[in-house]
Order: sequence, then C-alpha cells, then structure tokens
Amino acid sequence: MIGFTLDEEYEALRRTVETFARDEVAPVIGDYYEREAFPYEIVARMGKMGLFGLPFPEEYGGMGGDYFALCIALEELARVDSSVAITLEAGVSLGAMPIFRFGTEEQKREWLPRLCSGERLAAFGLTEPGGGTDVPGGMRTTARLEDGHWVINGSKAFITNAGTDVTVAVTVAALTGDGEISTILVPSGTPGFTAGKKYSKVGWSASDTRELSFDDVRVPEANLVGERGRGYAQFLRILDEGRIAIAALSVGLAQGCVDECLRYVRERAAFGRAIGEYQAIQFKVADMETRAHTARLAYYAAAAKMLAGEPFKKEAAIAKLVASNAAMDNARDATQIFGGYGFMNEYPVGRFYRDAKILEVGEGTSEVQRMLIARHLGLPAR
Amino acid sequence: MNIVVCVKQVPDTATERKLRSDDKTLDREAADGVINELDEYAVEEALTIKEAHGGEVTVLTMGPEKASESIRKALAMGADKAVHLSDEALHGSDALSTSYALAQVLKKIGFDIVLLGSESTDARTGMLAAMLSERLGVPQVTLANKVEIDGSSLKAQRLTDYGFDRVEASLPAVVSVVEKINEPRYPSFKGIMAAKKKPVEKLAVADAEIDAAKVGLAGASTEVVDFADAPPREKGQIVKDEGDGGVKVAEFLASKKFI
Repeated sequence: MIGFTLDEEYEALRRTVETFARDEVAPVIGDYYEREAFPYEIVARMGKMGLFGLPFPEEYGGMGGDYFALCIALEELARVDSSVAITLEAGVSLGAMPIFRFGTEEQKREWLPRLCSGERLAAFGLTEPGGGTDVPGGMRTTARLEDGHWVINGSKAFITNAGTDVTVAVTVAALTGDGEISTILVPSGTPGFTAGKKYSKVGWSASDTRELSFDDVRVPEANLVGERGRGYAQFLRILDEGRIAIAALSVGLAQGCVDECLRYVRERAAFGRAIGEYQAIQFKVADMETRAHTARLAYYAAAAKMLAGEPFKKEAAIAKLVASNAAMDNARDATQIFGGYGFMNEYPVGRFYRDAKILEVGEGTSEVQRMLIARHLGLPAR
Repeated sequence: MNIVVCVKQVPDTATERKLRSDDKTLDREAADGVINELDEYAVEEALTIKEAHGGEVTVLTMGPEKASESIRKALAMGADKAVHLSDEALHGSDALSTSYALAQVLKKIGFDIVLLGSESTDARTGMLAAMLSERLGVPQVTLANKVEIDGSSLKAQRLTDYGFDRVEASLPAVVSVVEKINEPRYPSFKGIMAAKKKPVEKLAVADAEIDAAKVGLAGASTEVVDFADAPPREKGQIVKDEGDGGVKVAEFLASKKFI
C-alpha cells in the first residue's frame, strides 16, 4: 500500500510556503488585485525563496526538487491567492520547463539560472486567437528558415507572464512546414515581436496575460527548442504536467475557501447564533472540505505516477477535472456562506469566486479532460 | 568566526497554550511547536555575520526530542550544524538553571559570539542573555537592533525606551536581538533537503558536565505555585457620538487610568 502523508521535506516546504503566503501575500494582494497590478515585490521574494527553481537541478540554479514540490508550493500559494500561484505555475512549467526538457545544453545554461532565480520570467506561446487545444489543425503562426534565421509571423493569445518588466523570452509554437510544428525561443525586445496591452480579466487580476504578435520576427536558427517538427509532442508533455500543477492550484483555491469559511462561520451570527452552529452551514463546509481533500488525493496520485516515470495522462486529466470542479463549487458555496460580503472584492472569497472559473478552462477545458479520459478508456475518437 | 545561535522550541502562539496540571510546567504536547520567533532573527543575524566574515554557525537548543523540528528549521535556513541538549533531568528547568545548562554546553563547544532572541514567546523572562554572559564571563549586549563585527570586537545599537544606545564590546560576547534587526529568510527547498544531512550532536546532561541536581524541577530557583486561565475578554463598550463623544472616550480612558 502506498503512503498518503507527505515526506518530511515536502511537509517542511509546505509549511514554509504556507507561512509566506499568510504573512507576505495575504495582507497585500487585495490591493494589487484591485489595481490589476503585477506584484513584482512578491514575485521577487518568491524567487529568493527558490520557488521558481523548485523542480530543476542545482547545476542550472534550481533547488534540486521535483515537480511534486512545485505542486505543493502552488497549492499553498493558491490557498491565499491565485494570481501569484499562476505566475509561479506559468513561470516554471511553461516558461522554464520547455527549455529544461527540450533545450540544448547551451540554451539551458543561458536561460535557466535567471529563470530559476525568479529574477526573470519566460512565457510559452501556444494558444492563438483562433485555436487552443485543437492544434495542430488550428495553428496559424508560421516560422520559415531564411539565411540561418527563423522568420516568424502570426499571433498568440492569453499568454501568461508575456509582458512583465522582467519577462525575457517566450517559447513560441509555430508551423515550420506542412503540419509540422516546432518551438522557437524569441527573446523579448526582438524587432517585430510585441506584447500587447494587458487583458482586462474576470479573475487572476494581479497576473500578467497578453496577446503577442509576430511580424517578420527574425531569431537565429539555433533558437529552435528541441527537434524540428517535434513541437506537438513537446507541448503535449508540457500540458500533461501542467494539468497536475493546475489541479494543485485548484485544490489550493478550494482549501482557501474552507479556511475563510471556517473563520467566518464562527464569527458571523444570524438569528441569535453563530451561523457555524446551523447544520445547513456545517454540511456545506463539510462538503467543501470533502471536495478539497478528494481533489488533493487525485493530484497526489497523478504526481506520484509522473515521478515514478509511469504514464500519467489519464490521472492528470482526472485530477485537473475533479480539482477545477472542486474549486468552482467551493468558491460558489463560500461566497454563498459569506452572503453580501462574498460579493465584495475586498473579501478573499470574492476573489476566489472570480479566480475559480478559469480553472475549468485553462490547460485544457473540462470537456477536453473528459475527452482525454474517454480516449484512455478505449472509446473511439469520433 | 565560531557563531552559536541559541534557539528554543515554543508552542505556536496562534494555538491555545496550556500549563500541565500535574507539575505546572508548559504542556508541550498540547500545542504545535515552532521555533521561537525572535530566535529566527538571531539565526538570520548569525547567517549574515557568517556571509560577511566567514566561519561556522552552530545551532544550540535545549528541549525534548520534539525540539529537533526547530533545529531543522534553523539548519534549513543555512546554519551548518547543531547541538541538541536533551535529557529528562532538564524537564522543568527555570531560566536560571537553563542558563547554567546552556553555559556548560557553550564552554564545551566554544564560541566567538552567541546570538539569541531577546525573549521567548512562552516564558518571556527575557533574562537568558544576561544570565549566560554572567556565567560565561563575557560581555552582554542585549536588545540589539544592529550588530557590526569589527575584528575582535563588535559594535551594536541597543534598543532603549528613548531610542538606542551605541555600544561596543570585545569578543567573545553574548548578543540578544530584537525583531527590528533584520528580516529572517525563508528556507529554500535546497536548504530544507540539505538540512537533513547536516550533523546534529545529541548531548545528555552528563556529556556537558551538567550537575543534574542543579537543573530540572528540583534544581529550579523559582516555582509556579498556582495558575489560572486568563479571564475571557470583556465585551467592548461602544460610545455613540451625540456631540460629546470625545468627552466620553476621555472619561473611559480616565476610568482605566490611561490618562
């Protein structure tokens, strides 16, 4: 039988990030959120703690941990705030991870130390205005080889960490031939490459999300990340891992709803008693805790398979599906328990409500997760 | 530079803390143990001194087996090694006997500077630094909010009611710190994993030539005679301003002898 308790070092990491989130993030994040401002100071401190280097080896400036350590950190951050959690998630699993997994030794040495320290961020450009998971069919961005340079044209949509003051590069997926997708590193500031204005978003308001455009952008041929034509396989791997990370982040939000409600139901009185004494409230909170707990088990199980080097695609899809449901359901219940206050942006549960929806969409929609699970059960593709 | 930081495991101030009914000592099982917050500042200062002047940081703690959690935290922050004084005979030691026990260990392991938080969040006597320096026969610099090492001496700012004093002391010395001195770092995952491999020397009273009769409940010079729960907080008084709000607030403060 396998164990379900955290090893000592994961538990120590969990407690460290929990304390950081409670003491450093919680008191100030509401203000950033309201102003839709990127929390540079918090991100820098997360960098100092080594959070951006968690799953990478020490030789590239990492912490020598693993992907599960990243998930633990994401969960604890998201218990307090999802904007900083998604900034870490995207910075690590979309910004640095493709370079680490598929880049050349030279690319790793050039980019990873800066990204692992959190002093610089990188982004991953896959989704386009006209297509998301339905790549490669829907992809329009192209890159053609010309005099030893890639010439890139096209645009990308909803790209996290793409336009902060500390963003240094974006790895772009582009068609490099008929049905052939490759990924290419484009440093920020390359002529023709522009990050548009920040989107006005329903949630994750203190994170950086932008549309990118590429107009005859020229980068050296050596900026190809991984093998030419392997781009599709590469980002499938990145997305599978990312689903576990998003599941962890979702569990954090779901648990954060429980945390907030436990405090509130003891303080708030109605009809002469603390509302936490009413069974209607108790059952709601019990259901919320149950969802958070079961979703956590789902992502632990997926991460365990991944770390063991076993196929984990189905487990990652299940974890993402169940955890994003838990986040959405808990956010709805938490705001209901808070009543009018739940509708106020100044209360964390109001933020949680706004932040939850995207979890059913990003890194593959809930429908895509169901499709993946069904395929794994042997059901036909069409 | 041989830097020693004394850390204490205390019950988490966020949880309910209790005394044991049998021997009136702290119930360490009832609450989660954490490193005494002010000691984290001492650890940070030790690491800062080491980064600037080289040397080694040793964590010293006295406490039951569970106190090893606090040792690991200090090691994860970056301390090099630890000494854990743990013995049933030490249970119930008061400040005076604790200072005796720790001084015995410090004499054994040697030091250029001993750093510690200016008080613990459980007993809050705030006397340990003074007692240690007396027993060790070295200068005491208490309530420091700034420390600079200069060769064989140190310069410090010592917090007072009216501002701060600038003091100098020769090394070796004992220094207690306040929270204004720095901002303790969070341990990184690399630090957490490295902490598992760092040496922790376990000492019993006999190993440090501590006279068991001078420590523990029997060796304590103070005795908890009785204790009671803190009274529940009284309901606040709401002053409605009907033009005389200021007067009412002043009357309330006067009744409590604040003004």
